[in-house]
Amino acid sequence: MAKESILAVSKAISEKFGEAVTGTAEHAGDHIVIVDKSTVHDILKFLKEEHHFIYLSDIVAADRFTEDDRFEVIYNLMSLRDQHRIFIKTRLPEENPELPTACDIWKAANWNEREAFDMFGIQFIGHPDPRRIFLPEDFKYHPLRKEFPLLGVPGSLDLPNTNPDAE
Amino acid sequence: MSTDAISAKLKPKFQKEHQLAYYKALEDKHTTIDVDQDPLGTRMILNMGPQHPATHGVLRVLTELNGERIVKNKLDIGYLHRGVEKIAENKTYQEFMPYTDRMDYLSPYSNNVALCTAVEKIAGIEVPERAQYIRMVGAELARISSHLLWLGTMVMDAGAISFFIWTFRERERIYDIFDDFAGHRFTVSHSRIGGVASDLTPEALEKIRAFIAQFPNEIRDWKKLLNRNRIFVDRNKDVGTISYEDAIALGMSGANIRATGISYDIRRVEPYLKYAEMEFEVPTRLEGDNLARYFVRMEEMSESVKIIEQCLAKMEKGPIRVDNAKKSYPSKDEVYYSMEGLIHDFMMTDTGVCPPAGVECYHAIEAPKGELGYYIQSDGTGHPWRLKVKSPSFSNLQGLENILDGQMLADTVVVIGGIDPVMGEADK
Repeated sequence: MAKESILAVSKAISEKFGEAVTGTAEHAGDHIVIVDKSTVHDILKFLKEEHHFIYLSDIVAADRFTEDDRFEVIYNLMSLRDQHRIFIKTRLPEENPELPTACDIWKAANWNEREAFDMFGIQFIGHPDPRRIFLPEDFKYHPLRKEFPLLGVPGSLDLPNTNPDAE
Repeated sequence: MSTDAISAKLKPKFQKEHQLAYYKALEDKHTTIDVDQDPLGTRMILNMGPQHPATHGVLRVLTELNGERIVKNKLDIGYLHRGVEKIAENKTYQEFMPYTDRMDYLSPYSNNVALCTAVEKIAGIEVPERAQYIRMVGAELARISSHLLWLGTMVMDAGAISFFIWTFRERERIYDIFDDFAGHRFTVSHSRIGGVASDLTPEALEKIRAFIAQFPNEIRDWKKLLNRNRIFVDRNKDVGTISYEDAIALGMSGANIRATGISYDIRRVEPYLKYAEMEFEVPTRLEGDNLARYFVRMEEMSESVKIIEQCLAKMEKGPIRVDNAKKSYPSKDEVYYSMEGLIHDFMMTDTGVCPPAGVECYHAIEAPKGELGYYIQSDGTGHPWRLKVKSPSFSNLQGLENILDGQMLADTVVVIGGIDPVMGEADK
């Protein structure tokens, strides 16, 4: 069971945003609130300002590999005062997956969003530095998408020349 | 300098777009400064790494300098990206565990424990008490060994070479303990889903007891050498300072956030294993500079010794793995001497633990570097559908990018040492 305090926060979200909350899920004490992508920025802001979720622990992106709502983004928020954790999940379509950035709410979102972009190609609108984080810009794929082959794409990465005479 | 000005001078030989975008990002960071109109010629762009001995791996720092002061900087990570999250999706949970050893390679035991506890949480596996205590002993030894490496290299970055040898002598003792206790010196892979691989041998127990009896003396000696050492204090005090607001906003974790006065320790906030029963302090400091991080980590080592003592005192005889063939490997005796044992062993290797379909959960532990968490989504098979690693070094490096602005160039190395990033973990 999730903590009482987190259920109260979850209830407050559904009261304030009503229809935007499309569901909740719970497993092994983790409470996940599934929200519509159009209101996710407002909900995150509300959680930070009203419920003291001042610490963004992580942003998880995932590929569900379904026809509609293919991608999902999960915000892992921590309240240091109340010592509890909540997960806000939102789903994105396959065509043009994009979300408003959370960098204006937590600075920590910067690199996490870059990682989600690098691995899944999810665009974050208004991101101050929308570059890939791990892979070079020359790489044209998003490797954690399910259709990307485990062995990689031959020739997709430009490697340095190891033979000095060739130059 | 305008973008065109830098890129006109740059002639990258490979990954051209990446190099140009990276240099452009430095210019976009705060404002665009025209270096060409710099009459004294004090401004320059300096590239440090990825092949640099003081960056603790393959970290690349691009700095714009005004004289010796860093005006702004950008970090480039990913030179050690191996795609472990992709690998995880194609392995069973247990098969993936050895890969976690190679993530934070300075404290493999903590990583094993982090993965196993996360899988146990999602699959609903209860671990026997003795196994939990053994894991705690291992994780705390790993914390000491990681902090020892940090101490040696950080002091070496500040200029004292011999210190590195003293801390490595103690690390060597921990390796010897792991050799007896887990069968490997370094990448131990000792934890198993549902328990641990082997029980503590009497020799290992004796070595751990000897180590915790003697180690506090070493800490005392080191403190005598460093706490009031003029050179060391001058080099670290008010260097790399970060306020507690920034540390929270940037999501820093571990000793770096505790050095700003935030007592955020997963062992206290969300106790796992048997930490709720242990008596230990969470050391904090208020200054948020490099010296504060030093004090926090030094005290953490003493607290780890206390936790190990309590674990050894509380540990009782009992099973070290769950006795359930669907949840954990059978013991080797069963595998060698019974048919069922062999079948179960095969099934565990082939299919492994299957959490319920469609569930997802997150579990974090306090690794030596900070909050190390695994977010797992299950589709009901033995492979995770998606496994996301929340690595503390990644968050801490993001903080480093903000800390370095306004520092002296010569302090970069000390600040990197004080933040204690591990690139294997940050780059995944």
